[in-house]
Amino acid sequence: MNILIAILILGSMCLLFGALLGYAAVKFKVDSDPIVDQLDALLPQTQCGQCGYPGCKPYAEAVANGEAINKCAPGGEDTIKKIADLMGVEVQPLDGSHEQDNTPKVAFIIEEDCIGCTKCIQACPVDAIIGAAKQMHTIITDECTGCDLCVAPCPVDCIKMIPIKTTTHNWQWDLHSIPINVLDNVIENTNMVKDQEGLTTSEVNS
Amino acid sequence: MVDYLLLLISTVLVNNFVLVKFLGLCPFMGVSSRTETAIGMSFATTFVMTVASLLSYLVNNYILAPFGLQYLTTMAFILVIAVVVQFTEMVVHKTSAKLYRTLGIFLPLITTNCAVLGVALLNINQQNNFFESIIYGFGAALGFSLVLILFSAMREKLASADVPEPFKGPAIALITAGLMSLAFMGFTGLVQL
Repeated sequence: MNILIAILILGSMCLLFGALLGYAAVKFKVDSDPIVDQLDALLPQTQCGQCGYPGCKPYAEAVANGEAINKCAPGGEDTIKKIADLMGVEVQPLDGSHEQDNTPKVAFIIEEDCIGCTKCIQACPVDAIIGAAKQMHTIITDECTGCDLCVAPCPVDCIKMIPIKTTTHNWQWDLHSIPINVLDNVIENTNMVKDQEGLTTSEVNS
Repeated sequence: MVDYLLLLISTVLVNNFVLVKFLGLCPFMGVSSRTETAIGMSFATTFVMTVASLLSYLVNNYILAPFGLQYLTTMAFILVIAVVVQFTEMVVHKTSAKLYRTLGIFLPLITTNCAVLGVALLNINQQNNFFESIIYGFGAALGFSLVLILFSAMREKLASADVPEPFKGPAIALITAGLMSLAFMGFTGLVQL
């Protein structure tokens, strides 16, 4: 009998506390705004702060609350168009005060002038600058997003932004979008021609 | 009134939970590497300890005692503490996402902080009444917070200090804790209850 009472008391206590927690879970539900996450995914994540917000996530939150959509300079027209689609508003041109020419750039440190103050290292949002105090710094070109946040803090103005020349290496080869139709009878014909010339296919390929 | 004040001072300084009774050492070592987190943890633990000691007193006196179920205290108190901790976690998550992220795993771990269960059980052992229980819980938490914040401030200094190689990291932290404990022994005899 005693054990039954014990089970009953403890059981009802559990039930009570469970109900309390269930109520609290509903009452204090944390709903992260899904639109903010979607907007954040569209932004380029350079965390450059050119929009006037400390990073891409804060700007995404601001846009969700009705901030202008045309402040993301690194994202350019593409990003504005995507945000406009998502938010269901008109596409706007890039905000004048945030406008920059859209050629991709990369920062370059004139190493003779660098005094090793580490100020640019602190400014870099993507840790693309290596160096130490009183040591000359340099830029990891592959990591640099060209946000030019490191230019302003440099006390000796030894950082400049160099436009990246389009070469065959960084040209966006979109080969999949060019359809290449290979006709069967053409291949057959060429094979016949090769056979006649006494060449095997492998030799041709090599 | 004076009694309550004495009880408070005695729990905070003389019978400090961490340095004299050696309860709650896990968060004491775990969350003390940065002052900011230590302060956050202190607030969370203070809230949990005070509410848990209040609730455990009510549970013991009005639910367990009338049915002669005192042998279930440990189980019932763990239940109470777990509920309070879960509740606190939800509130912290809702009100301060930053604090929630800094506390991380240590917030749910308050459940297993033996200082919290210790307060609840000692309240019954010492046959504290309702207000004494609350003050005892609050005092214990205050003592915990005081020591945790002091210790974290010291560890921040230690992080940049030139510590000999074999003492680096947890070793010097444990020695520091031991010395602090010695210092707190000096409060013995400050209050006679």
